[in-house]
Amino acid sequence: MDVTFRIRRRNPDMPGQEKPYWQEFTLADVDPTDRVLEMLHRIKWEQDGSLSLRRSCAHGVCGSDAMRINGVNRLACKILVRDVGEKIQVEPILGLPVIKDLIVDMAPFFDHYKQVMPFFVNNDPLPEDGRERLQTQDDREQFDDTTKCILCACCTTSCPSFWANGHYVGPAAIVGAHRFIFDTRDQAGRERLDILSEPNGVWRCRTIFNCTPACPRDIEVTKAIGEVKLAIRKGTNVGIIQTSAIH
Amino acid sequence: MQIHKHDAIIIGAGGAGLMAALYASRGGADVAVVSKLYPTRSHTGTAQGGIGAALGNLDEDKPIYHTYDTVKGGDYLTDQHAAKILAENAVEAVIELEHMGLPFDRTSEKRISQRRFGGHTRNFGEELVRRACHAADRTGHMILQTLYQQCIKNEVNFFDEFQVVDMIVVDGTVAGVVAIELGTGEFHIFHGKASFFASGGWGRCWSVTSNAHSLTGDGAAIALRRGLPLQDMEFFQFHPTGIYRMGILITEGVRGEGGVLINSVGERFMERYAPSAKDLASRDVVSRAIYLETRAGRSIKNRGYMHLDVRPQTVNRYFAEEGRDRADFIDESTVERKLPDILDFCRTYLGVDPVEEPMPVQPTAHYAMGGIPTNIDAEVVIDAAGAVMPGAYAAGETACVSVHGANRLGTNSLVDLVVFGRRGGMKMAEYVRGADWTPLPKDAGAEIEAEFERIRKGEGKSRPGALRQLMQATMMDNVGVFRTEETLQQGISDLAELRERFYKDLQIDDKSRVFNTDLMEAWEFGCLLDLADVTARTALERKESRGAHSREDFKKRDDENWLAHSLITQQGSTSDPTYEAHFDKKVDLSLWEAEIEEGLPEEQQKFKPIERVY
Repeated sequence: MDVTFRIRRRNPDMPGQEKPYWQEFTLADVDPTDRVLEMLHRIKWEQDGSLSLRRSCAHGVCGSDAMRINGVNRLACKILVRDVGEKIQVEPILGLPVIKDLIVDMAPFFDHYKQVMPFFVNNDPLPEDGRERLQTQDDREQFDDTTKCILCACCTTSCPSFWANGHYVGPAAIVGAHRFIFDTRDQAGRERLDILSEPNGVWRCRTIFNCTPACPRDIEVTKAIGEVKLAIRKGTNVGIIQTSAIH
Repeated sequence: MQIHKHDAIIIGAGGAGLMAALYASRGGADVAVVSKLYPTRSHTGTAQGGIGAALGNLDEDKPIYHTYDTVKGGDYLTDQHAAKILAENAVEAVIELEHMGLPFDRTSEKRISQRRFGGHTRNFGEELVRRACHAADRTGHMILQTLYQQCIKNEVNFFDEFQVVDMIVVDGTVAGVVAIELGTGEFHIFHGKASFFASGGWGRCWSVTSNAHSLTGDGAAIALRRGLPLQDMEFFQFHPTGIYRMGILITEGVRGEGGVLINSVGERFMERYAPSAKDLASRDVVSRAIYLETRAGRSIKNRGYMHLDVRPQTVNRYFAEEGRDRADFIDESTVERKLPDILDFCRTYLGVDPVEEPMPVQPTAHYAMGGIPTNIDAEVVIDAAGAVMPGAYAAGETACVSVHGANRLGTNSLVDLVVFGRRGGMKMAEYVRGADWTPLPKDAGAEIEAEFERIRKGEGKSRPGALRQLMQATMMDNVGVFRTEETLQQGISDLAELRERFYKDLQIDDKSRVFNTDLMEAWEFGCLLDLADVTARTALERKESRGAHSREDFKKRDDENWLAHSLITQQGSTSDPTYEAHFDKKVDLSLWEAEIEEGLPEEQQKFKPIERVY
């Protein structure tokens, strides 16, 4: 089949291309099971080498190639042509400054992530037997969903609250905090909840729900944010997630 | 050119680089991590099944068993002392990852859960052992995340999306590296007392690969071009189970959970090739078996792929045949819980649901056993005698210690990067405390900047993408699982033609500086081309079959003539290089030698190189 791509482009380094514009490309012999990323590569490798995008693993685990495909945030490597049809519109994710073509400045996104103490904290002495800390599989399951995050920014850049206010830490950072808040081995839950109860924390979330379907890892992002909100309201991270409900 | 000065420059932010960064900074060094990707995009994150360590949480296990499996898996080209260090350090390294917060799955005793993996056995090959510590089927993702998070906690300096393109060598010492800031196209110099290459592999030399697009072997190619030798380049692993045509990895953990490979006549063919380990024989053995079944006309639909079947009814049928305890039997929820990403890949890309249908798989180019030679402290060595290059370090896939020998065991890549990243980080911290700064040469960076200008100006007719695809095709056909003198000669001559086109007929569409991926891909193609070339050349010279290097015209392993590591160097210009390969770097056989010294009778010696049987 033939597929037509309409791609949002910009190159601040080329006269006449500083302002965003649309460009169309047509590809022949496209298989419906081809990944959109492969098609963008075909354009780049066969028609126009200047088309610029980030990509690495090409199977949905590195998080490099988040883009807006037919109006929805996707990883280009995890969406097939048959999922989006013969006319495919591709543009950069929204809410972050565009550097060139489909490449946006990810620095603000990672800065938000770093704000929520996204690292394990436990100041107790290590187990005397020199072995691992103990944890039940049920306790481990409590935060399983949020360990899947690959920091692709699909959720944050689909969030109208983030579009309206770039200081909002955004869904991805909250997911990053959730992973530690509900880990029974961690001791900094209180501090993270304090950070997230600040004006640019979880309360900017209006439960619009865009983030959940945007997640290429199928993380229930809105639910995770809800659990963090509940933990702040109850003043504790204990008893928020019912482990029995997970199985 | 902007100059940045840090004690230690780490190139690459995957598992090895981040581990080195943590340990070097804990050791007091001022560290800069320079990476062409955001750290969390690194390829460590795609590792699935587990990290091997003899914790013994579910089965009796000891590091010496892990050492034995590693040596045997490497078809006895593994340096035995290094393998011992790997297996011993693996235990504390995995425990330490848990202490850093890594969310391993748990046993009913609340300890780290472990699963079976290819070639990992108890008591020197007696039976398969549960050794691979796992976090679902995204263990590498969790390692990468955990290490990155700890680096944030320790305020490590990161230069994200800075691509290293050259190293600065002054009188046999490394004085730093040259990098391009991708966002601006500007060149930067990183002046360091030590430089640590943790820049990953080069699976993109082949057309069907599990490797990320970014795995273009930059670090190894830079070292080669600066006169350093590369070791054991003829050994490149094809993982037996990549998704048909796409090459996306399907973890060995699928077979670890009981999945089996089935040919077109419905036979579990690995029973014939590896009567004891069957589907969990080492990867080289299973990949060859798939090719041989294909040749015998038993691939599915005659298209060169096999079925990987993890449907509970299939798995349980074979479990019953083997007399396994009913408690081991699996159901759909086991598969869903233990292999969520595998199910997701198959459902997304193939429309196949592995709990209801088998998966179509074929061997996929996966892992470089060879690379920049190092000792057990990740110090780069430059000759067969093991002389160290001051200030140069390497670890992870880009390095060759050698713990993987001629064929790496599953899970040992993750073990390698945490163990040797850590040892290297510590050693480097110690080194920079005592070392002086090597002054930068006046023209540092000028040569590589000129090379990039040459590439950028390309007005020929050959796009880098097209050249790369031709290289990948010839490598797949001629320098793949099976090799002969004829195919290797063909490969070498194809590569020479591509080199000619790359240097004389290159077409670059993007003339700008900001984020010029056209330019970077072209340069990366040049790296791949050099590494493909040395792979084909060492493969041509090694006239035996060992591990992943399988010569149809020299079918047997030949310890008398070839039990040695290869070292290859490049001379002359990159547009018209010559190569020199030597096969005189001794394999460390110290564990076997100790057995002889102890007076163990031959039949009790475990580390004597013997024929490998699984």
